[in-house]
Amino acid sequence: MTSENDSSRENDGQVFNRLPATAAERDDEGRAAREEVVEWWVDRFGLDPETFENYTFWEKGAGKVWAFASDLESPADVEGLGMTFLRTRQEHWKPTTDAVQRFGREATKNVVVLETDDARAFLRGADTDPEWDGDWGYLIAAHDIAGAVEPIGVGLYLYDELRSQMPKGRQREL
Amino acid sequence: MDPLARYDSLVDDSAAFHAACERPLPSVVRVNDIKATPDRVRQAFDEAGIGYESVGWHDGLFRLADDVKPGNTWPFVHGWVYGQEEVSAVPALAVDPQPGERVLDCCAAPGSKTTQLAALMDDRGLLVGNDNNLGRLSALRSNAERCGVSNLVVTRADARNFSLKPFSGDPFDRTLVDVPCSCEGTVRKNPDAVDDWSLDHIEGIAGVQKAILGRSLEVTREGGTVVYSTCTFAPEENEAVLQYALEEYDCRLVEYDLDLEHVSGITEWDGDTYDDSMTRAKRIYPHHNDTGGFFCAKLEVGA
Repeated sequence: MTSENDSSRENDGQVFNRLPATAAERDDEGRAAREEVVEWWVDRFGLDPETFENYTFWEKGAGKVWAFASDLESPADVEGLGMTFLRTRQEHWKPTTDAVQRFGREATKNVVVLETDDARAFLRGADTDPEWDGDWGYLIAAHDIAGAVEPIGVGLYLYDELRSQMPKGRQREL
Repeated sequence: MDPLARYDSLVDDSAAFHAACERPLPSVVRVNDIKATPDRVRQAFDEAGIGYESVGWHDGLFRLADDVKPGNTWPFVHGWVYGQEEVSAVPALAVDPQPGERVLDCCAAPGSKTTQLAALMDDRGLLVGNDNNLGRLSALRSNAERCGVSNLVVTRADARNFSLKPFSGDPFDRTLVDVPCSCEGTVRKNPDAVDDWSLDHIEGIAGVQKAILGRSLEVTREGGTVVYSTCTFAPEENEAVLQYALEEYDCRLVEYDLDLEHVSGITEWDGDTYDDSMTRAKRIYPHHNDTGGFFCAKLEVGA
């Protein structure tokens, strides 16, 4: 199968399929709608919905949603479109490290700010035990640097511990 | 014999030129304006005790102390900085892309100049990063994502045959043509860069460069900008390629500002003469600013 306006077709993991604007407009039951994706970021992290006003959203690979600051009519032959943004088609949607680093600075909730040692451990990919009274699930792990809070990546908070979700290639021993 | 000796007649001070080529290159990072400001990077370096100094001609470039590995610092982890050779920041500045424009980087991987273009565009508009090698494209994608670039389309094509089809056939406002080259100017970073030097190799690669520049001129709109750059000294890969473009395509060389010591492109080499406008191109030698070597020219299409 090739290209073009595939929101009306079944998911093809090899091409970029535009997300339908709303749930009512989708034919592929598993595909997230643009509205739902934006709402998820707004609900989960308190972002201003206008952050994504000029973005188009695409699915390539099962559930992998990409955010693109421009638009293309038919991105059939392209390898990448903006940045990977959100993992859908699973019970709990999961933001990507790149998206959290790019947009997470504006988050107003579900941000856990780590102390120096915990921030380093998190970057190594280790579990930590920060103080946290908020929601469980996917959080933005951040730390204080150069006078402000800066996101590092995604943490999964479960049973009083924060599990680092730093991808292997992004883990570092500082 | 040192292959670089063939350029002794071009440089003002050949002893200084050869001495500079022998020295290792300082490690430099560029601030990624999509995610940080020079002030914030400076503060983060200070907090971490990382030694650095400004380069003088550009407030977003820092030379790091010898013992610093930039990949192992918080600013790198956050995508605030990108390890980039100082002179390699020149071509994107010459492109001068504006937010909202359509811009092509036809030989983009691994992405130092592409991410710089994205930052200059304020991550708005359409930026296309093309390369023909899958492994290098994967590096381009991960570098762009770490820098928080979200306006980039990545394509895989031979730049000599780049297709506008995914872009509704519409040409670009600006194109960066940072071609594969013999890399003589990177000898400070890779001392073996000139080990296999041969004129045959240079002439072969110049053929590819001409075809890439030609195609880039075709996919850029009338009145649009094309910037041609290499990290090599060989006139065969620089002025001679531009001469071909001037003769075969509707385009002209234009002036641009650069606050880095440099000399003009040349109009004569090895019995050949080039158009007088070649003096609008810029040659940067390693001894000028203690950097790598570079060549950069700005063209206007159809004017």
